Amino acid sequence: MGLTGAGFGAGRPDGTGPAAGPGRSARLRSELRQHPSLVVGGVLAAATLIVAIAGHIAPPHNPLALSPGHALAPPGPAHWFGTDQFGRDVFSRVLYGLGMDVAIGLIVAALAFAVGCAAGLVAGYLGGWVDDIVMRVTDILMSFPSFLLALSIAVVLGNTVRNVIIAVTIAYVPYILRLTRGSVLAVRGADYVLGARAVGASRSRVMTLHVLPNTVGPSVVQATLLVGWAILDVSGLSFLGVGIQPPSPELGVQIAQGASYITSGQWWVSVFPGVAIILAVLAVNFLGDYADDKLRGRGS
Amino acid sequence: MPGLQIDGLRIAIGDRDVVRAVDLAVEPGSCRGLVGESGSGKSLTALASLGLLPRAARITAGRILLGGDETVTPDRDRTGGVRGSGIAMIFQSPRAALNPVLRVGHQVERVLRRKDQHGDPRKRCVELLGAVGLGEPDKAARLYPHELSGGMCQRVMIAMGIASEPQVLIADEPVTALDVTVQADILDLLDDIRSRTGMGMLLISHDLSVVAERCESISVMWQGAIVEAGPNRTVINSPRHPFTAELVRDLANPPNVTDRPPQPLPARPADHPPAEAGG
Repeated sequence: MGLTGAGFGAGRPDGTGPAAGPGRSARLRSELRQHPSLVVGGVLAAATLIVAIAGHIAPPHNPLALSPGHALAPPGPAHWFGTDQFGRDVFSRVLYGLGMDVAIGLIVAALAFAVGCAAGLVAGYLGGWVDDIVMRVTDILMSFPSFLLALSIAVVLGNTVRNVIIAVTIAYVPYILRLTRGSVLAVRGADYVLGARAVGASRSRVMTLHVLPNTVGPSVVQATLLVGWAILDVSGLSFLGVGIQPPSPELGVQIAQGASYITSGQWWVSVFPGVAIILAVLAVNFLGDYADDKLRGRGS
Repeated sequence: MPGLQIDGLRIAIGDRDVVRAVDLAVEPGSCRGLVGESGSGKSLTALASLGLLPRAARITAGRILLGGDETVTPDRDRTGGVRGSGIAMIFQSPRAALNPVLRVGHQVERVLRRKDQHGDPRKRCVELLGAVGLGEPDKAARLYPHELSGGMCQRVMIAMGIASEPQVLIADEPVTALDVTVQADILDLLDDIRSRTGMGMLLISHDLSVVAERCESISVMWQGAIVEAGPNRTVINSPRHPFTAELVRDLANPPNVTDRPPQPLPARPADHPPAEAGG
């Protein structure tokens, strides 16, 4: 703290404190200086998003077009990341698959956040048998490793993108739910909750207006990290063949398809999708670190 | 017809009686003081009147009436309908009693929107904040609780408490957490509101001096029971219960350090630059 404080002062020759009200851009700059994880995460996430969106709008080649004549061509000027065993352009497929995985990760995190917050709020605030039922179900779900749970649900539901999203969401809801419930228990007895009730606020209003906003902090951090976990789990499921199916250019599918060629020297089919996953997850984790810094301690 | 009437209230936590035999009445437009040491059951009595007892506590006997209607009995709690409009409460720690993530104006407006269909709640909110003595109420309405001082927070709490024009306002230690200089202001404000609106007030305090001058009648609570009640003069001038007598004795003997009248503060150093300065 002392070090960043000194750096902060040295970088501001006018020497005014935060109370002087620096402009928006100055505040952003000092924020970036104090939180390197925001810089790294932000740059990576922005790059990932731009690349993924560009890949969807205007891929250099059609990610699904077969061209057996160019199968397993190494990276070069025509195909930057080479081609796979069916002659499809790996670069276009990586761009397309990245967009797909990031979108799925965001959807899963948003769904898990919404369901987990709502259920955790109700369970924690109402207590009693509602709480008992919700928490016992949560305990059951959490007694399985989340990846195995998602895998079994995906197997039962069948291999569609929608079902994979449902499966992974179910596996992640308990994490958000528990966090939210814990914060709700802490806030439920706060004076301002009692105060709101004392002037006549209804139960639903107390829950949504007074309890929820004071408890979402930790869940927001968790949901940010869930985006990364979800990308890993979805591509992992697809790699094992129970997630998204070929010929979809999902990144896990591509790694699985290229896996058998690594030993014969055609590394590019698997390695590039793998690197894409790493960068996307890294970006999310850095942003999650930043969110953790900013929101830690809120609502407790 | 009394505003708030409590008859033979008894509250238990587990199988221990923490409130036994409390009888209390607050007439409209009047102020009753409820004095007692901490843990004597003052706050539980107040919370019971609003139906906000903690889960562990339950009412085992007695009844509470508001405006002549039974609101609380051991079997039934009908306070949901009267909370806010019939009876409201303000709390000891003003800052903790405001939601930290909402602007204070928003919190006052919420109360207004619920009860008051006619009129513009935003305008009424600013009026209220002005009425409780916040300077520049339109600016104050846009602030968050952490941007206000404790006294200002308590004023906002009072605005919330009176926003729905309750028949009875319970003030549970409203000034205990405040500076001595602010305490009198807040108590004056509550007095003023009471005389203007005609609402009844139950002023709870552990400090007899807070209650002594401002309440027409005083009830003294000790170990879960009302041990003495009556007009303030009678209670203070001729206490019958030993606990009351002790409270009155403390009141009568302020820590008298000196007999001299208070001296004006010496001038600040800035008014008298050092003689050697510059020369």
